[in-house]
Amino acid sequence: MEIKKTSLNKLHQDNKAKFVEFAGYEMPIQYSKGIVEEHKFTRSNAGIFDVSHMGQLFIYGDDNLTNDLEKIFPLDLKNLKQNCSKYSFLMNDNAGIYDDLIITKIEKGYLIILNAACKDNDFKILSNLLKDKYEMVLDDQRSLIAIQGPKSVEILNKIIDGVEKLSFMTGNWFDYKDTKVFATRSGYTGEDGFEVSINNELVEEFTQFLIENGAQLIGLGARDTLRLEAGLCLYGHELDTEKTPIEANLKWAISKERISNGGFIGSEKIMKELQEGTSKIRVGIKPEGRLIAREKTKIFNEAEKPIGEVTSGTFGPSVNGPIAMGYIDKEFSKIDTKILLEVRGKKHSASICGLPFYKKSYVKGVN
Amino acid sequence: MSEVKFSKEHEWITVEGDVATIGITKHATEMLGDIVFAELPEKGSNVEKDGTAGVVESTKAASDVYTPVSGEVVDTNQTIVDDPAKINEDPEGSAWFFKLKLKDSSEMDSLMNKEEYDKFAKESTS
Repeated sequence: MEIKKTSLNKLHQDNKAKFVEFAGYEMPIQYSKGIVEEHKFTRSNAGIFDVSHMGQLFIYGDDNLTNDLEKIFPLDLKNLKQNCSKYSFLMNDNAGIYDDLIITKIEKGYLIILNAACKDNDFKILSNLLKDKYEMVLDDQRSLIAIQGPKSVEILNKIIDGVEKLSFMTGNWFDYKDTKVFATRSGYTGEDGFEVSINNELVEEFTQFLIENGAQLIGLGARDTLRLEAGLCLYGHELDTEKTPIEANLKWAISKERISNGGFIGSEKIMKELQEGTSKIRVGIKPEGRLIAREKTKIFNEAEKPIGEVTSGTFGPSVNGPIAMGYIDKEFSKIDTKILLEVRGKKHSASICGLPFYKKSYVKGVN
Repeated sequence: MSEVKFSKEHEWITVEGDVATIGITKHATEMLGDIVFAELPEKGSNVEKDGTAGVVESTKAASDVYTPVSGEVVDTNQTIVDDPAKINEDPEGSAWFFKLKLKDSSEMDSLMNKEEYDKFAKESTS
């Protein structure tokens, strides 16, 4: 299959991007300054991320749509206000995760942001579950740009007047030139920031404006180190169909109202796990020294019995040391528990630690 | 000191008497990106030509470091273990990896000179 390109491909090339294939798209892994500089720039200034490979699914319908979506997602959508967003998952009957996503209630429907590698499968699953009763558009005419970091509000507000008024996990339509863009205050870096959905024809010029105002392009490499420092899950690593939201330690994302009443796909399994507990759970891991434990590194207890596996591991530029996440037998999941990581045939000391590795600085809303 | 020689695995080597100093090339560091971890062979250990003699990790991935010649490790550069970013800063100077007592100096003969290596590096990237 031919590799797909986003509307910013030329701009990435002009900025000397190194490309990788990701979920069928040619995406920038880094630019000339490199991952560590890009990571630090995002934390201190404002980074621009082309996330146009992600799915933007618009579903339109009346109150029946809300009812039908509540049968799928573990969210209290009836009480979700318009323009408010929630983090959630699409699950199978066994509460295995097909995808993690952000759903926003918009006028006449919902906007769901899906992972690039999952979006086509998600669309099929949702079309079947909703029995084609509603208008569903997986919109490839729109690009998605994230701008993340402490300066992002100041920079974006110069270009889209009014975004500064958004609180965390809310969005709205804004005027840009003679068109409308949908901006949400959200992101996946542990920083304050926005995601902007904009027509493909306008995205290059829009991104140039961001750059002229002091933001810089950041590749997928730094996106990964940023999200890992923030303790956030990445689909295909921390999350897949073999893992449940409870095992992933994402219970907070399930609406309390839904936990007591159930009635969503996977709810029986989730309620069972909430009552009986799970045998494994996602944890943060801090290797001793500078050792990096990559994905699939085996975890052992101090008696050298296998107790789990690393799902993501790298060097965290802002914490200035190695960091990892993984799944571990519940009895060893307490913070400060000593564990061993097998890297290149040798076992190295590490300990379980709390998440995030790097403290978030989101702008809290009033509600 | 001898002329700097280069291997196809992107190591450089200089020889003084019977002791060789080995590191990775600037080209290698540019390919790897930001280096955040380095592991070196143990002092006193013996390494074989083209065998692994260490590891470097960037934010993206781990890569083996090979030795272009055989010998006994007589010294290692702890500075780059403590601060791996030094490898990106001065790969062909202060950020050397290890020193070997050469076992067979004829192993040097098959290595490339600077001109040959530059050509090889350019071809291997394009």
